[in-house]
Amino acid sequence: MSRLPITKTPKVYVGGAFIRSESSRVFPLADAAGNFFANIPQCTRKDLRNAVEAAAKAGPGWAKRTAYNRGQILYRLGEMLEARASELGDALRLGGASKAAAAKEVTASVDRLIYYAGWADKYEQVLGNVNPVAAPYFNFTVTEPMGIVGVIAPDEAPLLALLSLVVPAITSGNTVVALASSAQPYPAIVLGELLATSDLPGSVVNLLTGFRKELVPTFATHTHLRAISAVANADERKALALGAADSVKRTRLLKAEVRTDWFADAAQSLYAIRDYVEFKTIWHPIGA
Amino acid sequence: MSSLKTLAKSAARNGRPAPELIFGDLWEYDPAPETADPKLKARYDLFINGQFVAPKLGKYFDSINPATEQKLAEIALAGPADVDAAYVAAQRAQENVWGPMSGRERAKYLFRIARLLQDRAREFAVAETMDGGKPIKESRDFDIPMAAAHFFYHAGWADKLEYVAPGRRVAPLGVVGQVIPWNFPLLMCAWKLAPALAMGNCVVLKPAETTSITALKLAEIIADAGLPPGVVNFVTGAGETGAAVMNHPIPAKIAFTGSTEVGKSIMRSVAGTDKKMTMELGGKAANIIFDDAPLDQAVEGIINGIFFNQGHVCCAGSRLLVHEPVAARVIAKLKQRLKVLRVGDPLDKNTDVGAINSKEQLAKITALVASGVKEGAEMYQAPCKLPAKGWYFRPTIFSSVTMSHRIAREEIFGPVLSILTFRTLDEAVEKANNTAYGLSAGVWTDKGSRILKMSTELKAGVVWANTYNKFDPTSPFGGYKESGFGREGGRQGLLDYCKLV
Repeated sequence: MSRLPITKTPKVYVGGAFIRSESSRVFPLADAAGNFFANIPQCTRKDLRNAVEAAAKAGPGWAKRTAYNRGQILYRLGEMLEARASELGDALRLGGASKAAAAKEVTASVDRLIYYAGWADKYEQVLGNVNPVAAPYFNFTVTEPMGIVGVIAPDEAPLLALLSLVVPAITSGNTVVALASSAQPYPAIVLGELLATSDLPGSVVNLLTGFRKELVPTFATHTHLRAISAVANADERKALALGAADSVKRTRLLKAEVRTDWFADAAQSLYAIRDYVEFKTIWHPIGA
Repeated sequence: MSSLKTLAKSAARNGRPAPELIFGDLWEYDPAPETADPKLKARYDLFINGQFVAPKLGKYFDSINPATEQKLAEIALAGPADVDAAYVAAQRAQENVWGPMSGRERAKYLFRIARLLQDRAREFAVAETMDGGKPIKESRDFDIPMAAAHFFYHAGWADKLEYVAPGRRVAPLGVVGQVIPWNFPLLMCAWKLAPALAMGNCVVLKPAETTSITALKLAEIIADAGLPPGVVNFVTGAGETGAAVMNHPIPAKIAFTGSTEVGKSIMRSVAGTDKKMTMELGGKAANIIFDDAPLDQAVEGIINGIFFNQGHVCCAGSRLLVHEPVAARVIAKLKQRLKVLRVGDPLDKNTDVGAINSKEQLAKITALVASGVKEGAEMYQAPCKLPAKGWYFRPTIFSSVTMSHRIAREEIFGPVLSILTFRTLDEAVEKANNTAYGLSAGVWTDKGSRILKMSTELKAGVVWANTYNKFDPTSPFGGYKESGFGREGGRQGLLDYCKLV
């Protein structure tokens, strides 16, 4: 007798919990063959605001973790991904990737995590320094996370690109609210399940699924997002930059029309971490 | 002597301020004017492609000495065609001369500029004070030497750029458009020019309309130094000229120092372009005094923090947060200190607080102070005599200020201090960070661990602990939140003028 398989109801990982959109809206996702696969939450502006609120609560705690601890947590997340490589591969194949291509993206994603895990307790030593001021003061420059970073991921490399934008931001203690690819949201759903079983505190990374058209304006104008990291088309870039002006938000906007090689070594960098830190310079007199 | 000391000690025990020495009118200070010749021209033209050129529309505006309200010189008003000519010259120079030049040679030009500026330091100091109204002791001892130091520091970077971004190679961005404010005219010029030039960029810079003279005097030095034509171009004018500088298609980057309001409008105007930006905007810094702080030093720090340059300082310590147990003593000491501040002729070597930069700024300060009185804060002003002519404002402190008062939230940019109190460290942090700004902060305490705790918690780009308003070319400066982004000075500032390749 044949058994009817139990299909999964995809939920997004927001605020450390698995939720459907507050609107109860969903959009259907088909597999590579064009057959119905599942209904994906169609997150709203309200979901985005809720996610930002959750990220704000998690921020100070995450930033206060030691750099060593953040590195270990990122490394363990890499372990989670490696162990569930086949499940992630299946998620990527839904979008039409070949088995080999999917496997390549998963291993590249794991390697990317390991790369940033190693930076967690080193970037400060490279980016900050003591400044030899011309007066009797001890003067040093350190980095601090900016706060909440809004991430808008591209459709290509739906797992690797998403992680390449999210991980450098959280390495330094930021929290993230990310919008996954609309075309291929399922890898982000699985990633959420891995985040939940990793040691990353809830709400440090919040993953939304839905449509750019609905959510980009709120990403642009939400004043609690201190920075935006997005792969965006010309109209979206302009909207994000205009919205950023209202609260002097930092933006790092990659062009959707220019192909980014997410697999290249150039797609991971100390300077991606630097883009989401503030520099703080402290002076103190030297005396008795 | 010993009796005075005993008196002071017993007064301190009783929580009262030490007895003050009141000289009254017994000994007036004789005038001690600085008399070096500022060597001003009657008319200043634009500096484009290595030449002083008349503006295409032939229009000029007056630069006024705020201390006397007298005209100092006529300044060319640059229109869009002039700005365009400046950018074309800059682009040509960047592509053909300055960009391809070896860092070692670029460095020599910058060293030369630093040296020539040091040679003419006193002349520049007098010009700066006459044009902007700041006390001669500040322009002489701070603005001009620090400007020279910025050129000297960055000169040495020009041939060492491979150390700016470890692991990556750097390249110049191309042409940079820069707009600077009127509070530190020459120093801001140096802050903007030196890193841009060291990195191999060429520049079109617009000084503030009320303080263009020292930039144009710097153009003389740039010409004397033999800097290739077009590497640095100065266009003068007001907001419209600034908008033309910011919105021109040639610059790969724009750098702005000024108010948050204008910064936001610039961000909007370049939205959708690929221009990089550095924004150094306003501030409303908290200067936090704990009960264990060395109070006399702290009081000097508070005074320096808010009255330096008439309070025309984006990082001014304009919100004083005092620990409740010492609030009464600190306020009493501040009032005493205010009485002996010498306000008046900026060219007098004894002057502590000079003239307000412009009539408009004086009106803005006056309006905000009126709002402070109206909203119920308690005002105290120094009982000094102000000169009959010129734009001056009495050093002012407000006590009983609450977080909702306009004088606690808005940048006044004048010699006005708003005093609030706190009971716990957490309350101090909460109040200090409860602002859209995040440029700077001050902390005064004897406890080392508390300094490190506070400097971690305060959301500000610069934290001065047991000191205030200190600057250095090696020390990155810039804000969090709506105080802007990017840094100026140090290795971090240099990186904002290059691209990684």
